[in-house]
Amino acid sequence: MHKRTLFTNTAIGAALLVGALIMVGYGFGPAVLRHYRGDLIYLGLRHGYLVAVSMGLALAVGLPCGVVLSRPSQRRSAEYWMRIFTIGNTVPPMAVLALAMVLVGIGDTPAIIALFLASLLPIVRNVYAGLTGLPPLLLDTADAMGMSARQRLWRVELPNALPVILSGVRIALAINVGTAPLAFLIGASSYGELIFPGIYLNNNVTLLLGAIATAFLALTLDQLVAGIGRLMSPSGIA
Amino acid sequence: MIELQNLCKQFPQKDGKMFNAVDQVNLHVPKGKTCVLLGPSGCGKTTTLKMINRLIEPSSGKVFINGMDSSGVDRVTLRRQFGYVIQQVGLFPNMTIEENITIVPRMLGWDKKKCRERARSLMAMVALDADRFLKRYPHEMSGGQQQRIGVIRALAADAPVLLMDEPFGAVDPINREQIQDEFLLMQQQLGKTVLLVSHDIDEAIKLGDMVAVFRQGRIVQCASADEILARPADEFVASFVGQDRSLKRLLLVQAGQVAAMQKTQTATLSSTVAVAFAEMDDSELLHLTVVDANGLPLGFIKRRDAKSGKGTCKDYLQAIAVTSLEGDNLRVVLSRLYEHNLTWMPVVDGDGRYCGEVSQEYITGYLNADHSAS
Ligand SMILES: Nc1ncnc2c1ncn2[C@@H]1O[C@H](COP(=O)(O)OP(=O)(O)OP(=O)(O)O)[C@@H](O)[C@H]1O
Ligand SMILES: [Mg+2]
Repeated sequence: MHKRTLFTNTAIGAALLVGALIMVGYGFGPAVLRHYRGDLIYLGLRHGYLVAVSMGLALAVGLPCGVVLSRPSQRRSAEYWMRIFTIGNTVPPMAVLALAMVLVGIGDTPAIIALFLASLLPIVRNVYAGLTGLPPLLLDTADAMGMSARQRLWRVELPNALPVILSGVRIALAINVGTAPLAFLIGASSYGELIFPGIYLNNNVTLLLGAIATAFLALTLDQLVAGIGRLMSPSGIA
Repeated sequence: MIELQNLCKQFPQKDGKMFNAVDQVNLHVPKGKTCVLLGPSGCGKTTTLKMINRLIEPSSGKVFINGMDSSGVDRVTLRRQFGYVIQQVGLFPNMTIEENITIVPRMLGWDKKKCRERARSLMAMVALDADRFLKRYPHEMSGGQQQRIGVIRALAADAPVLLMDEPFGAVDPINREQIQDEFLLMQQQLGKTVLLVSHDIDEAIKLGDMVAVFRQGRIVQCASADEILARPADEFVASFVGQDRSLKRLLLVQAGQVAAMQKTQTATLSSTVAVAFAEMDDSELLHLTVVDANGLPLGFIKRRDAKSGKGTCKDYLQAIAVTSLEGDNLRVVLSRLYEHNLTWMPVVDGDGRYCGEVSQEYITGYLNADHSAS
């Protein structure tokens, strides 16, 4: 566990360093940052809003879905559903955005729908995999202790599947934060508002600023989730 | 209390054929008795045990608990009547040792304090340091320690029936002896009905009121341990209980039991040799133990010396090399006799007082006579 934090900390440090070097390479320093400070904060909040709402929805739907699909009574239909989810996930986020726009118009709503769909699969898949992949001995033991299905789920299955579930949430989050800039294309604000004009206008400063800010946000949120996970998971599970 | 009627379990095999893991098992374990399911690996012991609390559904046959057909009872309700020890231990890795032990009591809604006290007293019972371990996680314990937690977890909620699948398999011999003794003590006090799986004949002898020997899913013999050792039903049982089965029968008898069957005959230091000889002559003894005023053995005199001798026993006193305790089993006594090259030794009680003797002659007679019939 200690090793892992060390590793991620080093990774974040390295990313920041590279970011800083690139920024220096393109010749902007504190002055540029000060100039874009307002934009960075405002767009960061907008970006965060899209991520928060779509991730919240994905969790609210994905967690119960994964749990239900993993129940023995659903095992047969579960494989079928998982296949649908997997196929759904091969559709590129761009296409999903476009579709969402066609269906509900422009603005935050289609962006949130698209991000929600993009994050849903990793969550459902990992909840399902985490719960179905538990050692049969563990489930047998829970049954032998006379646990009801509900007690078994809450006291044994979910705690022991937590590491797998959590890694699904982190994958979903990374996808979500990384996809959110595309929402610019259908009229929702995010760091995409720095990146895309940067591309069109050949303004490397804003392009890089948006990209780095997005990466920074992704890393921070990932660390946040990892931290929450550490607090939640009992130390008995390595 | 627990009755199995024509219990069968078939598992489908790769080739599609059915395999009889448990085949027509009939067994009745009365309330308060310990029945050991004994047999080689793969003979269906675990499967039988799991069918009792319906972790595995029987293919056919019935299980009655207190005369009630278990197939009609809701599984969760059914399982709460049993304390179950799992062969592979199966502690929950996400819970501390204390949480593991008190899992069933907590589900039953015991309050925190009661749970904690229960966990502590159970830890003491299996010789584990509560302060050191209760807040730890299973992976921080050795295999044998984990197994002991698995055993006391099954005891925690005081279920009337215990199903124990090789509960002491991974525990070292010294601790195993101690835990088995604790188990016997508990059994004397609480009188639970126990089905215990083992493939160790010594354990079966020590713990079982009755022993059911399994072979390929069938019970080939179900009787008391002594009966099985004295009269194994067939070659298989004979070879399974071991070539030294006669010696193993000695495990079932304690020195105190032998002593209790004898008239306690002693002399004192001041007894005249003539009196001592008369006593030996009457009872056809070859020696007589000399005790002090409190009954502690001081030595013995030989018949040969007493016959011709004059004076008091003190003059002819021979030293006693070794004694055995009432609680020692005859195998231990015999081993000690050989070790000291003796033909007999006195038995003393907990306070060191003489209460009888065990001789090689007696042991030989015991093994030849047909005791198990009585
Ligand atoms: N789920 C299963 N599917 C197929 N065969 C099984 C299954 N469970 C057990 N068996 C078979 O049934 C037989 C009895 O198994 P069981 O676990 O009851 O043995 P056991 O007497 O407990 O052995 P051990 O002392 O090694 O624990 C074995 O031959 C085993 O291969
Ligand atoms: Mg077994």
